[in-house]
Amino acid sequence: MAKKNTPNLDFNSSWNYAPAPEDTKHINLKKQYDLFIDGKFVKPTKGKYFDTINPATEEVLAKVAEADETDVNKAVKAARNAYNNVWSKMPAAERGKYIYRIARLMQERAREFAVIETLDGGKPIRESRDVDVPLAANHFFYYAGWADKLDYAFPNRKPQSLGVAGQIIPWNFPLLMAAWKIAPALAAGNTVVLKPAETTPLTALKLAEIIQESGLPDGVVNIITGAGKTGAAIVNHPDINKIAFTGSTDVGKLIQKSIAGTNKKLTLELGGKAANIIFEDAPIDQAVEGIVNGIFFNQGHVCCAGSRLFVQEGVADIVIRKLKDRLETLIVGDPLDKNTDIGAINSKGQLDTINKYIKIGKDEGAEMYQSSCSIPKKGFFCRPTLFLNTSQSHRIVQEEIFGPVLTIQTFRTVEEVIEKANNIPYGLSAGVWTDKGSKIFNLTTKLRAGVVWANTYNKFDPTSPFGGYKESGFGREGGIHGLSSYLKF
Amino acid sequence: MARIEVLKTYKIYIGGAFPRTESGRYYPLNNKAGKLIANICLSSRKDFRNAVVAARGAFVGWSSRAAFNRAQILYRIAEMLETRKAQFIEELMQQGSTAKVAESEVNLAADRLVYYAGWCDKYQALFGSINPVATSHFNFSVPEPTGVVSVLAAQDTSLISLVNAIAPVIAGGNTCVVLGSESKPLCAVTFAEVLNSSDVPGGVVNILTGKVSELHTHFANHMDVNATIYYGDDAEVIKTIQELATLNVKRVFIHNKGNGSASDAQSPYHILDTQEIKTTWHPIENIGASGAKY
Repeated sequence: MAKKNTPNLDFNSSWNYAPAPEDTKHINLKKQYDLFIDGKFVKPTKGKYFDTINPATEEVLAKVAEADETDVNKAVKAARNAYNNVWSKMPAAERGKYIYRIARLMQERAREFAVIETLDGGKPIRESRDVDVPLAANHFFYYAGWADKLDYAFPNRKPQSLGVAGQIIPWNFPLLMAAWKIAPALAAGNTVVLKPAETTPLTALKLAEIIQESGLPDGVVNIITGAGKTGAAIVNHPDINKIAFTGSTDVGKLIQKSIAGTNKKLTLELGGKAANIIFEDAPIDQAVEGIVNGIFFNQGHVCCAGSRLFVQEGVADIVIRKLKDRLETLIVGDPLDKNTDIGAINSKGQLDTINKYIKIGKDEGAEMYQSSCSIPKKGFFCRPTLFLNTSQSHRIVQEEIFGPVLTIQTFRTVEEVIEKANNIPYGLSAGVWTDKGSKIFNLTTKLRAGVVWANTYNKFDPTSPFGGYKESGFGREGGIHGLSSYLKF
Repeated sequence: MARIEVLKTYKIYIGGAFPRTESGRYYPLNNKAGKLIANICLSSRKDFRNAVVAARGAFVGWSSRAAFNRAQILYRIAEMLETRKAQFIEELMQQGSTAKVAESEVNLAADRLVYYAGWCDKYQALFGSINPVATSHFNFSVPEPTGVVSVLAAQDTSLISLVNAIAPVIAGGNTCVVLGSESKPLCAVTFAEVLNSSDVPGGVVNILTGKVSELHTHFANHMDVNATIYYGDDAEVIKTIQELATLNVKRVFIHNKGNGSASDAQSPYHILDTQEIKTTWHPIENIGASGAKY
């Protein structure tokens, strides 16, 4: 037990950071964005547009076209023509060179992309600048090199491209997810129809500009915007050979069902509820940083977020105390400010979902702890939140919240924590903190999850396969394993 | 007077035991001349559910066996099958095969088991990877078994279809529930006896007899089954399986009617179907100036 007379740490009165906002003057945003089909920006058939807003200020950033079925048809037709007439006939090495070009152009315009990503999605500029955009460019660079080496990835098989890939991506890593989808599809010789999420379409549309600049043949990549209906039109289109989806498990199941009986190939990267496990012999300070990074990275809008914390009893008091202290130092606010740790919640709808779960957690009897920080009056923000005294049966422990909300349970034995960590329908990721190597390998072997971070968390790399077990989906993205999703044999 | 033959009761195989179907139902199996060969269990949904419980219970033990141990056990299955060659040939002939075809089917089945026995401790090297990430981390990916797999084996053969369906699944550390051929069920039960005497732990393979039309929905919608494999080409069955599989995001694999001797019938990629790729990260400490100079 901590002593009663332990003074509360005071961070606010002497640690005032001067604002350090990233400049937005250098970016190029149009007032209105059309659909990118067959190498050109074209108006939607019905002439409908919707607003995309900055979730930190609720100001409109641009109007974006809403694609209907006719537009989806056009995009698929363009992709099919490009596949039949150009892309499938091009020598693989040349295909690769186009993808390299896209990577280079993204690197050149990285700062502009980072700023737009932060404006449109609400994530801290530090994250879009240091994580999202460089990883996205690296993904193109990595897969570019595979284009003419596919035979070496699959010994004794003859890999062949599939045709047209329909790709639907979420709002939490808009540009990065576009890269995860487009780069391997192109390297494997497919053409693409991609739909970004309706709340974060801008960086995908900027990517369309880069694709235009790169000289990639018309129709090889088509980027169309819209909401669920547009996505459904892609999923159900008869001339699409492959569907790749990243998003919620509910929608993933709908997609899996609607393509049943067709020959469409499918990969799903769905929800998660990862266990982040702290053992008594863990490096406690690093572990606390890992907990924070695990759940508060990108406001917790991360399918692999370490949203269920398990702390071994002997260190529970100290870990929770240090975690609460650390929570107080997190800066919540303007995503464009380089000091900001936690930016804006992506949308009003998502903020409502998070608040709903916070209420459920309180109603279920869990003990809530929130940072005392102030949050901006305008925009969508949520204080970093802990729930103590939670148990396996709590909804906040079983269901994906997708926000800065961490549930905390304690445990005694290795067996107990493995059982609890695995006893959930999801299986995307997990974290383990201990200084003992053999314990790490015991845990990493037994946790039923596609990515396990030991003494680290939320690390990503184009060479490293990512994807889930169980209801977190199937198929991998990244690395050599990410190729087979876009090939037939 | 000629001796009265002792006839075998053909039962199903669940959790290492040979129960009758809990439903009490059966169907008669006749030979070409119309003479009764045996009454075969018409397995029910409850039998399937019991089998899944057995398979789930066996999963931790089987998947954590050393790969080398699994290899020896698969090889042992081949040995046991070979010693019962005459029995299998006789059963295949009872079900309509010529002596020559029957013998080659049994030979192929034993050879296929040997083939997959060899893969048990080798596919990991083929499908795993060390990933050269750009940050200071050690990062590697390994295949791990998907879990409990339900399999509707090809209906056109009795023995080889079963071996094709089972071997790659258990070689990869999964456990399974398999439905044999309805019209040629004899070898399914006899093969279960082979498994039972081959050091395969009870529950790793569970074998039912009965009708695809009665059981395929249960094979696909059970919430504790991780993957479903269907060997067949009935478009309705395929669609139903794919739809029901979505309840818990099952992995579904469809193989068109299995000619067991086809050149692509054996491949390590069949093992890969029921594997999940797990990626592990760990930081590499990067302090101090010394390097590996020599």
